[in-house]
Amino acid sequence: MKNDLAFKRRLRIRQLQGSSFKVLFLSASLIGIFALAILLVDVLKDGIGWLDWQFITSYPSRKPQEAGILSALFGTLWVMVLTALFSFPVGVGAAIYLEEYAPDNRLRRFIQTNINNLAGVPSIVYGLLGLTLFVQALAMGRSVLAGALTLTLMSLPVIIIAAQEAIRSVPEAHRFGAHALGASRWQVVRHIVLPSALPGVLTGTILAMSRAIGEAAPMIAISALVYLTFIPISPLDRFTVLPIQIFNWVSRPQEEFWHLAAAGIIVLLIVLLSMNAVAILLRNRYQKRTEE
Amino acid sequence: MLRSYVNSAKTTVDKSSLSLRRVRSQTRLRESVIQRLLLACALLSIFTTIGIVVMLLVQAAGFFSEVSILDFFTGTKWAPLFQPQHFGVLPLVGGTLLTAGIAILVALPIGLASAIYLSEYARDRVRRVVKPLLEILAGIPTVVYGYFALTFVTPVLQNIFPNMIVFNALSAGLVMGVMIIPMVSSLSEDAMVAVPRSLRDAAYGLGATRLEVATRVVMPAAISGIVAAFILALSRAFGETMIVALAAGSTPKLTLNPLESIQTMTAYIVQISLGETPHGTTEYYTIYAVGLLLFVMTLLMNLFSQWFVRRHRERY
Repeated sequence: MKNDLAFKRRLRIRQLQGSSFKVLFLSASLIGIFALAILLVDVLKDGIGWLDWQFITSYPSRKPQEAGILSALFGTLWVMVLTALFSFPVGVGAAIYLEEYAPDNRLRRFIQTNINNLAGVPSIVYGLLGLTLFVQALAMGRSVLAGALTLTLMSLPVIIIAAQEAIRSVPEAHRFGAHALGASRWQVVRHIVLPSALPGVLTGTILAMSRAIGEAAPMIAISALVYLTFIPISPLDRFTVLPIQIFNWVSRPQEEFWHLAAAGIIVLLIVLLSMNAVAILLRNRYQKRTEE
Repeated sequence: MLRSYVNSAKTTVDKSSLSLRRVRSQTRLRESVIQRLLLACALLSIFTTIGIVVMLLVQAAGFFSEVSILDFFTGTKWAPLFQPQHFGVLPLVGGTLLTAGIAILVALPIGLASAIYLSEYARDRVRRVVKPLLEILAGIPTVVYGYFALTFVTPVLQNIFPNMIVFNALSAGLVMGVMIIPMVSSLSEDAMVAVPRSLRDAAYGLGATRLEVATRVVMPAAISGIVAAFILALSRAFGETMIVALAAGSTPKLTLNPLESIQTMTAYIVQISLGETPHGTTEYYTIYAVGLLLFVMTLLMNLFSQWFVRRHRERY
C-alpha cells in the first residue's frame, strides 16, 4: 500500500517532468527560428529604406548617399556563372566515377575519405590556396577567373557528395535492364542513370552554389580591398562580389555605411533565396515524378 | 544461281560482322576514354588536398626558417606587425577556442534539444515546417551573421554589460552558436531517427515516459552520431571567419573574459589579406603558418569524428 502510494507520487513527478521537458524541447527548436526572424527583421528595418534603383545601379563611393552595388552585383554574377560551369561537370563526373565505375578498393575509399575531409576544410584555407596557386603561381592576378576557380575547388566536395546521393538513389534494376539489352557502361550512365538522377544532382549543385556565393572569406583573400568602379568584362579582370562589399561597409565606423550593408544583404539574400527556391521546386517535381 | 546467292549472303555477313566489330572497338575506345576522364574528375579532389598541404607547408617553411617553431607554439604574445615583433600564436588559438567554446555552449544544448523534439515529439506537419526553416538558418551567409552580431547583438549586450567594448568575443560567439544550431540539430536528429523503433517500443512497454525513452534509450543509442555532430560543429566554429572578423575585434589577447576584444586565427588571416603587408616578408608568411595550424586542427577533428562514428556505431 505504502509502495503503491510512493509509485503514484513518483509517476506524477515523471509525467510532470515529461510534459515540462516537452515544452523545453519545443522552445529550443523555436529559438533558432526566432533568431532567424529577428535577424531578417533587423536587416530589413536597417536596409529597406536604402534599397532603391540608384543603389543597384551605382558604383561604390566614399559618400554613402551615392554608393551602390553595381560592380559587386556583376562580379557575383560572373563568379557564379564561371563556378557553375567549372564545378558542375567535374563534380558530376567524379560522382559518376565513384558510384558507377570505381571498384570497391583502397583507392575509392581513399578518394571518398578525402572528399569528406575536403568538405570540412575552413573556407579561408581555400582562400589561401587560391591566392597562392591561382593569383600568384599561375599569374592569374586578382581576377574573376582566380575567384571562380577557388570557389570551384571549395564547392566541389559538397557537389560530389550530393550528386553521389542522387546517383545512388537510382534503382539498381534500371541499370541491370539496360545492361541486359546490351548497353555499355557509359550508355547506361548516359541514358538511364543521369536522366533520373539529374534533378537531385541539380538541387545539390544549386544549394552548394548558393553556399559558395555567400562566402566572403576566400573571396577576400583573392580579391583583397575593393573600390572598383567598373564592371568586369573579361574573366581576367579584377572584381568584387556582394559579400566583400557588405563586409567592407560593415567594417566602417560610420552608421550610414551599415545601412548600405543592410541594403546589400537584402539583395544578396534575394539572390540566394531565389536560388534555393529553384532547388526546392526541382526537388518537389522530382519527388512527384518518382511517386507516380 | 544458288551459289552466287550463298556467296553474296556470305559477303554481307562478313561485312556486317566487320562493321559490328568496328562499332565494338569504337565503343571500347570511347568507354575507356570516358572512364579515364571520370577518374580524372575524381582524382582532382586528391590533387586539391595535395595542393593545400604543399602550399601551406612550403609557405609556412618560409616562416619557420625565420621564427623558431618553439617560439611560435609557446609564445604568449602575437604582434607580427609591430616592433619588436612577437610570433607567439597562443593568443590567436586562445581567441579561437574562446569564441568556438561560447558557440558550442549555445549550439549544443539548443541543437540537441531541438533534435530530440524533431525526432521524438514533433508530428510530421510540424517537422515539415521547422526543418526547412532551420535549413534557411544554415544557408544565411556568414557575413550576414557578422553584421547581425555587430549591429544588433552587441548593442543589446551592452545594455546588460555596460562596460563591454564594441568588439568582443561574447557577441561573436553567441551569433556563431546560432549559426551552427542547424548543423548540430540535423546531424543529431539523423542519428536519433536511425535508432530502431523496437528499442523505443520496448522501453514504452516497460512503462517509460516519452522523456525517459528519449534521454535514456534513444540518446545513448545515437551517441556516436551526437558526438560526431558535436565535433563537426566545433570544427566548423574553429574555421568560421566573417563573424569573428567583424564582431570579435583584432586585438590578439590570451584571455578567458568574453567581454574583451580578441582575435581568432581566421580573423588574423583576413586582416593580413586586406592589408598592405608586402609579399615575401616574415609578417606576410605568418598567414600560412596560422593557416597550416588551423588546417591541421580542423582536419584532426574531422578525422576523429569519422573514426568515432565508425568505431562506436551501434549496428541493428
